[in-house]
Amino acid sequence: MNSNDLWIVFTAIAVALICALPGCFLVLRRMAMVGDAISHAVLPGIVIAYLLSGSRNTMYILPGAAAAGMLVTVLIEWLQKRLRVQSDASIGLVYTLLFAIGVILVTAFTAQTDLDQECVLYGEIAYVPFDMMSIVDGGFSAPRQLWIASGLLTVLIIVITLGYRGLYLSTFDPGYATAIGISVVFWHYILMSMVSLAAVVSFESVGAVLVVALLTGPPAIASLFAKRLPLMLLLACVFGVLACVFGYLIASFLNASISGSIAVVIGVLYAFSLVIKKIFF
Amino acid sequence: MGWISDFLLLNDPTLRVVVPGVLLLCGMSAAVGCFTFLRKKSLIGDAVSHSVLPGICIAFILNGEKNIFYFLLGAMISGLASVLIIDYLTKSRFARNDTAIALMLSVFFGLGIVLLTYIQHQGNASQAGLDSFLFGKAASLNKDDLMIFGISSLLIFLLIAFLLRGFSLVSFDDSFAMSIGFPVVWLKSLLSVLTVWSIATGIQAVGVVLMAALLIAPALAARMWTNSIIKMLLLAGIFGMLSGYSGAFVSYALPQMPTGPWIVVMASVIAFGSLLLAPRKGLFSQIIERNNNEKKILQENILKIFYHIDEKSGETQKAVLQEDLLNQRSFSNRNMRKGLRILERKNYLSNHLGAWSLTSSGRVEAKRIVRLHRLWELYLQEYLHLDPDHVHDDAEAMEHVITPEIEAQLDVLLGNPTIDPHQTQIPSKDE
Repeated sequence: MNSNDLWIVFTAIAVALICALPGCFLVLRRMAMVGDAISHAVLPGIVIAYLLSGSRNTMYILPGAAAAGMLVTVLIEWLQKRLRVQSDASIGLVYTLLFAIGVILVTAFTAQTDLDQECVLYGEIAYVPFDMMSIVDGGFSAPRQLWIASGLLTVLIIVITLGYRGLYLSTFDPGYATAIGISVVFWHYILMSMVSLAAVVSFESVGAVLVVALLTGPPAIASLFAKRLPLMLLLACVFGVLACVFGYLIASFLNASISGSIAVVIGVLYAFSLVIKKIFF
Repeated sequence: MGWISDFLLLNDPTLRVVVPGVLLLCGMSAAVGCFTFLRKKSLIGDAVSHSVLPGICIAFILNGEKNIFYFLLGAMISGLASVLIIDYLTKSRFARNDTAIALMLSVFFGLGIVLLTYIQHQGNASQAGLDSFLFGKAASLNKDDLMIFGISSLLIFLLIAFLLRGFSLVSFDDSFAMSIGFPVVWLKSLLSVLTVWSIATGIQAVGVVLMAALLIAPALAARMWTNSIIKMLLLAGIFGMLSGYSGAFVSYALPQMPTGPWIVVMASVIAFGSLLLAPRKGLFSQIIERNNNEKKILQENILKIFYHIDEKSGETQKAVLQEDLLNQRSFSNRNMRKGLRILERKNYLSNHLGAWSLTSSGRVEAKRIVRLHRLWELYLQEYLHLDPDHVHDDAEAMEHVITPEIEAQLDVLLGNPTIDPHQTQIPSKDE
């Protein structure tokens, strides 16, 4: 492995971690498909932020795309509560519309955004080593994507640690949480913004659909073994890291998409875990 | 504007294939989508549409060339595999349904991407265009494709026509269908196969990522307009074809534009339009209905005040100032003015120099409402044994919705009463 390979794997691991942490709460709240919707819907947000700000600067893209992610959750809830559309159809309707708009914008403004249809689906994690930056001039240099992902990871860890009680109670027992004065709605939106941010940051590296694999896969595997939330969070991170390492090895062996291979490894890990659980637990 | 008529008259030979092809695909998936929608399984359709990708790639690897028969076969197999795995995971409680769907969707799609990139890096020249399955390739459909779409739509149409009763029963109430002896398991499996089949063919138009929209959006739109399954199927088919047609039009007008996403945008516009505009269930008509209700309640409450004032003073059609009305019952000034104006227009009230009084038709109406209110209070006391001081609030709500039929029943049930629980007179019906 040379340093490029290492940078790619490190970036993949950072992305896997920022998805696994909020992903655990999504899986526990039965909102995995809302995560799917958010991860598709950030696309038009990213493109519009590109076009409006005229730059790739993360400072503009992140809030713009995260806003699109939030818009999706609000729209889905509005369809369900106000128009009483069944939940599966409201999710399916909203995310396909936003993603289609995103693809149309990408096609129309390819030159301005340096995004193309394929990068939207696969991501471009193989190119992260070509975009290095250092925080201090002449200081330690690492891929831009890795900086951003690590920054978000730090934020997520802080939010989850400080807000653990609120997130935990509003996930497992919303009624009790409300009774002791914890705002379930507030923590819902905190979670949704964590998912949106994770989706935006991961989007460029792994593409729309594979964000879903990272959001739901490691937490789903962890939930097979863990009976307590802290253990589930920890296991999800471990499985996320494993998937990245093995996924990268398979991808370089087959000369195929890295993000796709990571998703396949997640599937294989899940299948193994099912077998182990059936035999030993 | 020659190109518009070129499109409408199908002057271009490719259009003669593309337009009918897209119409067939969209109509077919919309009809099948109705059943997945009614069974609340729209997201399974999403999972299936992502899951057909590895099947297509494997078919290409084994066969070495692009052949629609093998593609369909491969797509069917991997699509059905993902449905079965999702079913297994959900039933065995290893994962909840949403997690199982999200996981299978992304893992199968990931496998598809791995195979697709693997094929692309192999340098086989005939692989070019394989990636068009991602977002559809409506513009490059050929006559073979068209024939297959024709045959599959015909098959799906016939199956739905012959098995409509069974399909609708399992979609609406499968335990009832089971209890009257329908082969529920078979019908459900057949519906799943039809879903996978229509997805496997439909992805040629819009691609795997957006295929779910072709199943969901037309069905959702159609459901807003009708309660009959046959009308819903027809409407969904029409909506699907309409979005296919307009999507094809956009990509003909702007050739660099992808057809699939435009079809999806059109279908979503129709769906959102229906959600807003449909009679009865749509957002606007709900808002209108609620406003009308509020207006009706406001008017009836104002009329009641006049009746109460008449009753207290012993006069009939006593003239009252607006301020005195407000003392009787709290209304916002604005609502009060609005209500009075409407009632004057309806000739229930008349206004002389700022003082309002009931007209004779207004008095009849006011009496009707007071009568309903007091009948309901008495009913609550007699039959639910509520205390007289607990019955008023409930009657406040019920008086606005009691129909003449219920009024007659109440009258019989209570034996033509004349006195309510508060010892006031219940106005008689005739006069």
